[in-house]
Amino acid sequence: MTAHPHQPAARLSTAGRLFDDFRRFLDGDVMHSFRRSPIVMAAAAITLAFFVGSFGAPWVAPHNTFDIATLDLMNAFLPPSWMDGGQAEFLLGTDGQGRDILSAILFGMRVSLIVGVCSVLFAMVVGILLGLFAGFVGGKVDAIIMRVADVQLSLPAILIVLMIDGFARSLLPRSVHEEMAIYVVIFAIGISNWVQFARTVRGSTMVEKGKDYVSAARIIGLHPFLIMIRHVLPNVLGPVLVIGTIGLALAILTEATLSFLGVGVPPTQPSLGTLIRVGNEFLFSGEWWMTIFPGVALVLLALSVNLLGDWLRDALNPKLR
Amino acid sequence: MIAFILRRLMQAVVVMLTVALISFALFNFAGDPINNMVGQDVSLADRERLREALGLNQPFWVQFGIFLQNALQGDFGLSYRLGRPVEDLIVERLPATLELSLTAAALAVFIGIPLGVYTGLYRDTWLSRVFLTASLAGVSLPTFLIGILLILIFSVELNVLPSFGRGETVEIGWWTTGFATWSGIKALILPSITLCLFQLTLIMRLVRAEMMEVLRTDYIKFARARGLPDRKVHFGHALKNTLVPVITVIGLQFGSIVAFAIITETVFQWPGMGLLFIQAVNFVDIPILAAYLVLIALFFVVINLVVDLLYYFVDPRLRVDRTAAGGEATP
Repeated sequence: MTAHPHQPAARLSTAGRLFDDFRRFLDGDVMHSFRRSPIVMAAAAITLAFFVGSFGAPWVAPHNTFDIATLDLMNAFLPPSWMDGGQAEFLLGTDGQGRDILSAILFGMRVSLIVGVCSVLFAMVVGILLGLFAGFVGGKVDAIIMRVADVQLSLPAILIVLMIDGFARSLLPRSVHEEMAIYVVIFAIGISNWVQFARTVRGSTMVEKGKDYVSAARIIGLHPFLIMIRHVLPNVLGPVLVIGTIGLALAILTEATLSFLGVGVPPTQPSLGTLIRVGNEFLFSGEWWMTIFPGVALVLLALSVNLLGDWLRDALNPKLR
Repeated sequence: MIAFILRRLMQAVVVMLTVALISFALFNFAGDPINNMVGQDVSLADRERLREALGLNQPFWVQFGIFLQNALQGDFGLSYRLGRPVEDLIVERLPATLELSLTAAALAVFIGIPLGVYTGLYRDTWLSRVFLTASLAGVSLPTFLIGILLILIFSVELNVLPSFGRGETVEIGWWTTGFATWSGIKALILPSITLCLFQLTLIMRLVRAEMMEVLRTDYIKFARARGLPDRKVHFGHALKNTLVPVITVIGLQFGSIVAFAIITETVFQWPGMGLLFIQAVNFVDIPILAAYLVLIALFFVVINLVVDLLYYFVDPRLRVDRTAAGGEATP
């Protein structure tokens, strides 16, 4: 299939090749299945909006919740703007200190997304390397890595995360832990997720290992490590994208759970989970908006990312086309 | 068969020893235990005497041996925060967690399996679609939010069910039960629904997938061709053959129910082990952390062992295959 015969790939500049790849991607099956499903398009739009809104929070959010000077206790406990007593300035109402809930959600989602993305990337790196290594080397190394993976897989992720968190708390002095808390959470969630990546990569590595191009690389005398990284790795990355997307939704929910339990990110950097926990204390006095809106945001985010992951899995699976 | 069980037992022992080592390391590396016990005005000589008396100046492995010996007798020392023996605290909290987890597991099984069978048999009815969509929401809703929503609806708005605690409990020996009183049962409703929802959707989806798989097989077609009534084909032939993976998953999931009870117990202030554990994480109460770690590991090891054995007994094909392959028991 030579779609662009007048542009031989070898003579293209890098930018031109990227552009070419991009155009082929837009014309391809993946985009086709994307355009056919309104639900997936909605999920993608919501995810994109959340990313832009939260990372652009300092510019997008109506108020800066970290600037104490702008807070006014007169504005505390205001209901959403469409209810009695609500003000147009605070669309989703305010909390006990007069912070705008909508702004708090945007800033909080930024923390949730950062922790989620970083922990998935961390899990990805650990999982891919260990899986690649286990599949390529085989033998005892493989047996040990996969045995550890089996044991870890039999324990629920949340338990592992809590254990690592408890461990970190008892090893680090309290003041150091406050600073390190966000890294501890990223590390803990990452470690609890590496197994999925390792298993998948190991499986496809074992298939790739027997193929001719690997034998050819061996014969010309390439170092096995180079073969593993340069030749096998790019060929086993496909499914990783799918697991990574679904893993992101899981990581965001896990972080929210930790912060809700009060053992996640520090209160100085409130995430969606922290907002829900704080709002939960006011549930009985009728200020439901402090909990429910961050909760809705969290669920929408997780659901959209999950839907995107499901769609990617189906779109990248040639059997289902 | 015996070789298989022995291998599994060996693995279980190795896992338990590793966990014990980790939890012992918690004690050893997280500051000086003596400093955790005595005040500032205790002299150095007194500290050394205490160290001597507690055996803390002995080599690492000797101390680990002593720790193991104590742990085997259920002795994990005193809680730093509450100043009471850890084993007493756990025994006190265990019934609450187990009653909650068992109720949730029962709900998940007895609602999840029928829903799975229904959605598997009648794939295209609107009711099936409703169940499936709801189950997608169930996966995306985190446990603690489900709890908060239920509290908001049933405790705050409707004011019909309690939102925290166990209600009145009755003591039977050392076991305290909430099943015996009306307020105990009412207190159990919201937490157990919260805890069971995720597992319920999981079981439903699994049973549905398995049913659809089995219904395509030749022996189902043959059973239909013989003119057997639908009921017999569905429940006698199809459902029965889906049960092996379902039993495994239910068994393994019981472990995660107990783990997720940590979250549910925090939302509903349920006085179980999970709440104890979260408070221990917050206050760095190492004896409780260590004991919980060992206990939950033991729990998981036992569950895995039992499920493996059950698998072996339920599915005769596994037995035949293993003997034919010369007793090689790699799962």
